[in-house]
Amino acid sequence: MTAIDIAAAEKVFPNGVRALDRVTVVVREREFATIVGPSGCGKSTLLRMAAGLTAPSTGCVRLWPDTSVSASRRRLAFVFQSATLMAWADVERNVRLPLDLGHADMTDAAHASERVGRTLALVGLTDFRRAYPRELSGGMQMRASIARALVTEPSLLLMDEPFGALDEITRARLDRELSDLWAREALTILFVTHSIYEAVFLSTRVFVMSPRPGRIIGEVAIDEPHPRTDAFRVSAAFAEHCAGLSAMLASAMEDEIEGAGP
Amino acid sequence: MTGYRLRSIALRYGAPFALGVALLGAWQAVVTAYDVPSYLVPSPLAVLDTLRRDWTLLWHSLMFTLAVTLLALVLAIVIGLASAFLFVQSRVIEASLFPYAVLLQVTPIVAIAPLIIIWVRDTTVALVICATIVALFPIVSNTTLGLRSVDPGLSDLFRMYRAGRWQTLVRLRVPSALPYFFAGLRVSAGLALIGAVVAEFVAGTGGTASGLAYQILLSGLQLNIPRLFAALFLIAVTGIVLSLLAALAARLALRRWHESELREGH
Repeated sequence: MTAIDIAAAEKVFPNGVRALDRVTVVVREREFATIVGPSGCGKSTLLRMAAGLTAPSTGCVRLWPDTSVSASRRRLAFVFQSATLMAWADVERNVRLPLDLGHADMTDAAHASERVGRTLALVGLTDFRRAYPRELSGGMQMRASIARALVTEPSLLLMDEPFGALDEITRARLDRELSDLWAREALTILFVTHSIYEAVFLSTRVFVMSPRPGRIIGEVAIDEPHPRTDAFRVSAAFAEHCAGLSAMLASAMEDEIEGAGP
Repeated sequence: MTGYRLRSIALRYGAPFALGVALLGAWQAVVTAYDVPSYLVPSPLAVLDTLRRDWTLLWHSLMFTLAVTLLALVLAIVIGLASAFLFVQSRVIEASLFPYAVLLQVTPIVAIAPLIIIWVRDTTVALVICATIVALFPIVSNTTLGLRSVDPGLSDLFRMYRAGRWQTLVRLRVPSALPYFFAGLRVSAGLALIGAVVAEFVAGTGGTASGLAYQILLSGLQLNIPRLFAALFLIAVTGIVLSLLAALAARLALRRWHESELREGH
């Protein structure tokens, strides 16, 4: 079943900057799809389009185009580049926010508390539910942010370079946890990153984007077993996939430089 | 409590206090040594003595000034918050009204106080109006800025979860605005006092309901300089207390989450 159907979407900003050039991306349910590309290639814009936060200039973006998909399976959540937590609320109230903002089918208070508790346990923040965001490390803030996204039990998770601002060690751990989570919770994820390694480690499928205006220049399936472990990071298959994606990105960058020449 | 913490408290409170005592001591010494007449510069001890002798008179004046100040501050908060909420409802409203808020701010209160005192029969009410006008602007401008200074990511999040206008206001905009509001409050608390005193100077009111400015005016005319200093001292103390109270309110509201109220090592 198709979860995201982006067909020939283009984005031209009011100032004339062309961010996306006829992008077509189809993500099926249960996929971990990743868009990898250099900074400023429009991948965040593409993700915001999928979330309905910005509209395409031309083309079309549809979530669950199949009308037989029920409303409860159409739930969507977004994880931003930074944790974007409410500084004035503790972890529990932050995670609870989507429920408080009223999803008609989950406003029952007891049920909501139980769900918040379960989600906090899922990301390992149970002991920190009374802590305020500034009292947490960057990695823990990001976990709280992910818990907030998961609390509505979304079927589709959109993630915009969520671990980009973290140190390498924390990032590797959160990547591992995310891979676990995806496998265990039967999620569909569309992930955006500029790290080829992260893309290969996490995904079932990787879309490669060219520099601005962003185009999809390749699509690679990563057929390796899940959940992925650190052993995968040092395997030959991992290195091979990374090399392939690097070559693809490098040639796109070269075209760009030649194209921009005299 | 760590040694570092103790040292920082000693620095915050001890240092200004020590400096104050030293300056007063020097003042006393100079006045005594050169035999300066008290109608020119009274010694701190003479001022203290006047404060004790004229306490009933000064206490009533202090209460009057304080009442005008606090009433004006409350009015400024109420009107200021209401205006700020109105401004952020639409850019058209803000664009139309904000210049007039600025106009109110830049017009010196001494220039409009005579008019207000003529128009408003009750002098006390006139003083409250003047002080309110002076205290209003920091609250309006800061709160408006605060209500607009919402994290764009959180704003997107609220949109994605289809939060209503009211939910967005209460759960996102108001908490985002709190630090800005308190910064404005601290300025306005001082301005309300200044407004109350300046307006009373202009009014030059007599009778029973008269504040510290009137005591200063009268003492000046009677060359009762120690009493003038005593009234001045009370105004200064009132200003300091108001500013500290505003800071305390900010600390109580923001201490757990906002950078401005953080202590090292929380």
